[in-house]
Order: sequence, then structure tokens, then C-alpha cells
Amino acid sequence: MELFFQQLINGLATGAIYASLAVALVLIYRSTDIVNFAQGEMAMFSAYIAWALTQAGWGFWPAVIVTLIVSFIGGLAVERVVIRPVEGQNELTIVIVTIGLFIFFNALAGWIWTFQVRGFPSPFPQQNVDLGPVSAGIPSLGIVAVVAAVVGLLFLLFQRTKLGLTMRAAAENPESSRLVGIRVGWMLALGWGLAATVGAISGILVAPILFLSPNMMAGVLIFAFAAATLGGFDSAGGAVIGGLIVGVSESLAGTYIGFIGADLKIVIPMAIIVGVLLVKPEGLFGRPSVERV
Amino acid sequence: MAIRQRLRDPATQRWLRIGVFVLLLAVAIWAPFFFAPFRVFQFSRVLIFAIAILGLGLLTGFNGQISLGHGAFFAIGAYTAAVLMVKVGWPFLLVVPVALVITFALGYGVGIPALRLHGLYLALVTLALAVVTPPILKRFSGLTGGSMGLTIPKPQPPEWTGLAADQYLYFLGLIAFIVAVVLARNLVNSRIGRAMVAIREDPLAAQTMGVNLAQVKTLTFAWSAMYAGMAGVLFTWTIGFVSPESFTIVLSIEILAALVVGGLGSIWGPLLGAIFLVFIPNISEDINQAAPGIAFGALLILAMYVFPGGIAGLARRQWGKFLMGGGDAPPGAGAVGRTDRSEAATKTTEGRPEDEPVANTGHSEEGAP
Repeated sequence: MELFFQQLINGLATGAIYASLAVALVLIYRSTDIVNFAQGEMAMFSAYIAWALTQAGWGFWPAVIVTLIVSFIGGLAVERVVIRPVEGQNELTIVIVTIGLFIFFNALAGWIWTFQVRGFPSPFPQQNVDLGPVSAGIPSLGIVAVVAAVVGLLFLLFQRTKLGLTMRAAAENPESSRLVGIRVGWMLALGWGLAATVGAISGILVAPILFLSPNMMAGVLIFAFAAATLGGFDSAGGAVIGGLIVGVSESLAGTYIGFIGADLKIVIPMAIIVGVLLVKPEGLFGRPSVERV
Repeated sequence: MAIRQRLRDPATQRWLRIGVFVLLLAVAIWAPFFFAPFRVFQFSRVLIFAIAILGLGLLTGFNGQISLGHGAFFAIGAYTAAVLMVKVGWPFLLVVPVALVITFALGYGVGIPALRLHGLYLALVTLALAVVTPPILKRFSGLTGGSMGLTIPKPQPPEWTGLAADQYLYFLGLIAFIVAVVLARNLVNSRIGRAMVAIREDPLAAQTMGVNLAQVKTLTFAWSAMYAGMAGVLFTWTIGFVSPESFTIVLSIEILAALVVGGLGSIWGPLLGAIFLVFIPNISEDINQAAPGIAFGALLILAMYVFPGGIAGLARRQWGKFLMGGGDAPPGAGAVGRTDRSEAATKTTEGRPEDEPVANTGHSEEGAP
């Protein structure tokens, strides 16, 4: 039983990381109808920036704050420079452009920081706390807390501020928004900036666990895709719940299903993606898409 | 002007094409006797990748279905060959039909769920397919050798040919490539090929016109996977070693990138893409290990803005411009007026010369038979 709770908490922690990257995917999908295949690589790049700053003698927290700001500007710039020219074009073009970004960021990180695997400082002390009958690692609890805070802030931004309302309007109905004077293009770019920031957080959270390398996020991205698919690509809340479900089922299946073990965990997101898309393509909380002829 | 006039004549164009083809073939046959074994090995790799890219081109370029997972079919072809040759001891040629049937069937199997998934979601599922392939290969280590991989004795040339091993493998690749090109050309120019393109342009309209959407799409997927499988078999022969690390997601992405850079919706584009794929790292790795990736990433994005038809599309457009010489398009210059896959699909109106006719998407290069 103790093992079960242990794995449950571990699963929730990794699930929270998947959720954060999935939220980043959803932020972009909702505003621009684009699934950003480069999201994971952008997160990896952000983690490298944080690492480089700490190597340069910065404290952990100042490094993280500067990284988040840089990521925000970077995400904004990517939308303005790279995505803008192909916005509204067919899916093939957009997938190829984001794949181009994927390759580019991966190689750029390799160029600047080499492909060597590096350790990454964890912001949390490596200790356990007792929670009644079971104990939980502080890093796990910390990750869950950070992601919960991020999601809470995003909720406040979108539901309680004028800016959030404007961004939602721009995503919902660009034409009408433009008519009432909303600068739709900038709102979409803001969405990309926010997504890059949230992605940076997931990169920084995952780096101490997986160690820092240019290929760090490829696996995480698949799990995040599974989370977003399960929750529905247009639902941020769904992405969070999807992330937690994916994380927990990965952890439990890896522990209790002997055939899967540690090696085949990656099959789980694959099964979730395929299963959800075939049975309920809009996900648990997404809106079904209606095609008008 | 007179030369242009004559070049516009479909008959001349046909002869020109045959001439260029014969010339290329002559160069391809002569090359392995001139270059060092290492270069010949690289040429073999070009041919191998060209076949896989051509397969993806049928699916993505002509049928409009995205696959980020063709590396998986490549891997299955390669492993089928490796396992049959090493564990069962089959002669190397005998593994070809088995590998082709297996990858065809798997492609068909993936093609069925693909029917319900369009665009982004298909990209997601195929990406996941590419990501799970290496761990699965590692997991069944009894058969696949796990992460240690399998070493395969390379096919040896028969005595009478007098060829060295690398030359022999090159010619096997060349034959496979030519067969692949001829089959792809015939497929694209056939009724099915026109149905494929019709589905790409507008599935609903195609269905209304009586195209069996499900059948054409799944069969295209199966064909395309089979091409990747054939490339995998050649890979096993040529490299003589397979391990899960050779077939990561990087391979799938490289195949797609090379296709886009070479030219979507073109039969020769994949060869150009393969040349890029093999030789760009060669040139740029002197600068930095990461330089090929940066070049490919940037080229991929640039291609979508500036030359959505890839290098092949660019060349075709320049040739068309040259033929037109600013004048009006003569009727019957079919090959010139061919609309490019992505030019049509991405609706890039800027950059397309006014005088270039946007003709039928029927890809009837030789005219209707």
C-alpha cells in the first residue's frame, strides 16, 4: 500500500510537469489553432538559459525570473517572425514550420551548449516529509505546488483581467474582435509568449529529474501531447487533469504491469493518444469540432 | 526564341526528359567506378533515403496525409531483414518480399485509424509511433538484440560481376531506386494517383465525385510504408548493423525535412532531398556538430515561405519561366503548367509569377494516355 501511495505521488508530480507543458500547448492551440511541435524544444532551450545563468554565478531564483522574461519575449518573437507569415495556412505547412523550429532549437542548443548531458540544480531540498502513513518527497510536492500556482495565475489572468478577456475574444472571434479595436495579431503573439513562459517552467521543473540535454524534452512532449489530447486541445483545465491522469497511469502501469516495466512506459501516452482520438477525438473537456461544408 | 518555341513542343520535351534520364543513369552507373569506396557508400545512403523519402512523398506530397513516423516503417523493414538474415539465416534477397509485405500490412493498419484523423492529429499519432519504436525494439531483445543491436553479414557480390562489395550494394540500391521511381510515377499518373491528388485538394469534393476515400487513403499509406520498409532493408544490407538508436524520432523528422526541402509533390524532389540529407552534414559538420540541424531547421521554415515546392518546385518554376520567356503559355505545355503540390495547397499567391499557368492538378506529365 505504501508503494502504491508513493507511486501515486510520483505520478502526480510527473503528471504536473506534463500538465504544465500541455497547458502551454493548449494556450497556443486555443489562440492560433496550431499544435506547436516545437513547444518541448523551446522549453528545453529556456532550461538551458537558466542553467547558463546559474553557471555564470547567478542565484537560482534570479536566474529563473530572468529566464521566464527572456522566454516570454522569445515566444513573442517566434510568433511575430516565424509563425505570422504562415498563420491561417493549411495544417501541413504549419506542422512543417513547427517541426522546422523543433530541429532548429534542438540544434541551436547543441551548438551553444554542446550535446553533453548536464546536471541541473533543483530548487527543492531532497528530503521527505511525513504525511500520516506515507511520506512524500519535497521535490514532488514542490512541483505540484508550482504547477498549481501557475495554473491558478493563468486562470486569474484569463477570467479576471481585461487583458485576459481581450485575449480570449481575439482567439474566439478574430473578425469581431478586430472590429471592436482589439489588436488581434498582438494578442496571438501574447499567447505564444505566455505559452513559452509556461513551457519554460516545465523545462526548469523537469531538468533536475531528466538532466539537461538538447534531447531532454522529446519524451516529455509526447506525454504532454497525450495530456492535451485526453483533456481536449482547447481546454486548459482539461490539459491539467489530462496531465495528472497521464502521469499517474504512467507511474502505476510502470510499477504494476510487469510487461511494461520501466522501458515501455512511453507506450502509455501513445495508447492514450490513439485511444482518445479514435473514441472521443475532442477529448474529455474539449468542444467537438463541427465542419461546415 | 526559336529554341524556346521548340522546347515548348511536348514531343521535344518528352525526348528531352528521356535524354536527361539516360544521362543521369549513365552518370549513376559510372560513379561507383570512379569514386572511392567511402563516397560510394555515401551514394548508397543517398539512394536508400531517396526511396524512403519518395514513399513519404506519395503520402504527404500527393495525398496530403502527414506522417512524422516513417522512421518506424523504415526500422521495421530494417529489423525484418536483420532478424531473418541473422536469426533465421535466410539469403539476403529472400527477405525483401517478407519485409515489403510486413511494412505494407502495417502501413495499411496505421492507415485505417488515420482515416478518422486529419492533419494535426495524424501528425501526433505518427509522431508517437516514431517515439515508441526504439523502446519496443529494445524490449524484445531476444529477437532484436536489444540496445546492443544486430550485426549482419553484408551481402557479397557474386564472382561473375567482378564488383567490390560497396559497388555491389550501390547497384542493388540503384535498381531498387529505379524500380521505386518507375512505380511511383506510374501510380501518380494513374487513376489512383489522380484520386490521391483530388483527396489532397478537397476530400469532400473527391468523395462526391465517386472517389473511395477510405480505400485510396489506406492504400496510399500502405504503399508509402512499404517504400520506407524497402529503404530499411537496403539500410540493413548497406550498413551491416542495426540498433534502436539508428531509428529514433530524428530519422522520421529527417525524412520529412528532406522531402520538404527536396520538393513535395515531385518524383525527383526526394532524390534532391536525400542528397541534402547525406551531404549537408558532411559539409557542415566541420563547422559544428549541430550545424546540419540548424541548416535543416532554417531551410525547412524558409522553404515554406519562399519555395513551398522545394528545390524541385523551384527548378521547375525557373524552367517554366525560361520556356515562357515572358510570353503567353502555349496550350499543351503540360509539364510546365503542372501545379505544385504545396503551391496549390498553401495558397501562396505572392511569389508566383503571373505568367505561370495554374493548370490541372492531374499531374499528367505525359498527357493523358
